[in-house]
Amino acid sequence: MTFPLICFYLFAAATTLAALAVILVRNPVHAALCLVLTFFSAACTWLLADAEFLAIVLVLVYVGAVMVLFLFVVMMLDVDIDPLREGFIRALPVGLLVAAVMLAEMLALIGVRVMDMPVTPDPAAAAGVSNTTWLASALFSQYLLPFEVAALILTVAIIAAIPLTLRHRTGVRMQNPGKQVLVRPQDRLRIVKMVATKPAATSGEAPTP
Amino acid sequence: MNWILDVYHTCAAHFPTLTMAISLLLFPLLPLIIGVAMYVWWERKVIGWMHVRMGPNQIGPFGLVQTFADVFKLLLKEVVYPQKANKALFLLAPLWALVPAFAAWSVIPIASHAAWSDANAGLLLLLAMTSMGVYGIIIAGWASNSRYAMLGAMRSAAQVVSYEVAMGFSLVSVLILAGSLNLSDIVNAQAGSKGFLDWFAVPLLPMFIIYFVSGVAETNRSPFDVAEGESEIVAGFHVEYSGAPFAVFFLTEYANMILISFLAPILFLGGWLSPLQGWITADVHWTVNWIWMGGWPWLFIKFFAFATAYLWFRATFPRYRYDQIMRLGWKVFIPITIVWVFVAGCMKYFGWVTAGA
Repeated sequence: MTFPLICFYLFAAATTLAALAVILVRNPVHAALCLVLTFFSAACTWLLADAEFLAIVLVLVYVGAVMVLFLFVVMMLDVDIDPLREGFIRALPVGLLVAAVMLAEMLALIGVRVMDMPVTPDPAAAAGVSNTTWLASALFSQYLLPFEVAALILTVAIIAAIPLTLRHRTGVRMQNPGKQVLVRPQDRLRIVKMVATKPAATSGEAPTP
Repeated sequence: MNWILDVYHTCAAHFPTLTMAISLLLFPLLPLIIGVAMYVWWERKVIGWMHVRMGPNQIGPFGLVQTFADVFKLLLKEVVYPQKANKALFLLAPLWALVPAFAAWSVIPIASHAAWSDANAGLLLLLAMTSMGVYGIIIAGWASNSRYAMLGAMRSAAQVVSYEVAMGFSLVSVLILAGSLNLSDIVNAQAGSKGFLDWFAVPLLPMFIIYFVSGVAETNRSPFDVAEGESEIVAGFHVEYSGAPFAVFFLTEYANMILISFLAPILFLGGWLSPLQGWITADVHWTVNWIWMGGWPWLFIKFFAFATAYLWFRATFPRYRYDQIMRLGWKVFIPITIVWVFVAGCMKYFGWVTAGA
């Protein structure tokens, strides 16, 4: 058993346990943090497979951005989890069924026979470049169309999300920073030339303080 | 002192990998921690001078030992746990902030390919690690079970996530021009015969400015320190922290500032390259050759300038209002960066800027 193999088993075990903890712990914030751990240990197993670009991007996108927003929402809402858990045992068979179907689909998709095939050599190493370079050239030449379609779908999703949350409230007093910056003293301040007024001299005596 | 070396040699003989790993770990971290202490002293001194005060001057020569005294005071103080705080997460939060701040240091080179990890995806690792740091703040805010801490954490999370987008785009423009994610390769791509005109700060001037401003916002420093905002929410996310955990948050903040101040020269100002590169090629003596040949002193000089700029900002600018911070990030920085990524692509495609020429 080599050191990388031991590491792989450790990270894989951590991934599985953390994934289980996501659905088993009571506190939603703990569950979200367990999900972070799942992503991170999954990234570690990818790193062991020399896929450093994918591993770091997984951490960057899912841990660094998506899960932060998740945690944000979970912490803000302060969900009371107990009513939600009442149906847990009742829904368990359905959940197990869905999981079994998904497993079967995945096995069918990857193909059981692939597991018996000899491992193909790393195409990046074969081409003599780092796997980031190889991935980039593959993505932007061979798979350009799917890549652009994915980008388009995401853009559509963003545009769809904006109208859903956009509300035009009436009677809101907004500032216009552009106008604030461009304001000149002459617009706000008027200097009036006038003769200085003096108190009328009543008598010759100096006023007593 | 010989027995220390004896212990080291015994360890190295019996557990070579472990000893190697631990000494390699300590190698960048001890200077960093001492650097943080010196930086805190320098901050208090500089801001003192700007306020026409003396700054710390009682403990040690020029008050240099002041920070160490503060650290020992903090470490010896009682750690107070708020009632109903989530104790495990309350203690995990400072560590979760600290570990990414230290881990990011693994890829920082101080000379060509002289980094703890000369990883190919160094720039990505940095982005990933800096984005991990925000968890410490969010968890601290939530686990403290305090409204002020929660508000600070929410502000900080929104701010860091927003400015990370602009920061990411400015890094993208650097890697387009350099054609590499390795930080040493990025610096070497700025070498050339035209002196400082070969640095990426020239073709990417807007990105350079946006990068440093986003860096200030990411580290929650003044004028973007609404996460702490003493006048509004007491001290933000670390309001409930005391003693050692607070010291860890403090250490994290300054370690991150030093990291950003190191990255700005590496990415945009040619790292250890000299601004006179290519203009003078004389070989006089190794003690002065670095002035035009380049070397680690230049990196530290540039770092020092940025680190001091952080303090200068703090002494100069009033705190931004929260909606103005968001406006600056989303409506000003992100559109500019998106346009400039395109410009950088054109520069590379039409050969206006060549890496390492």
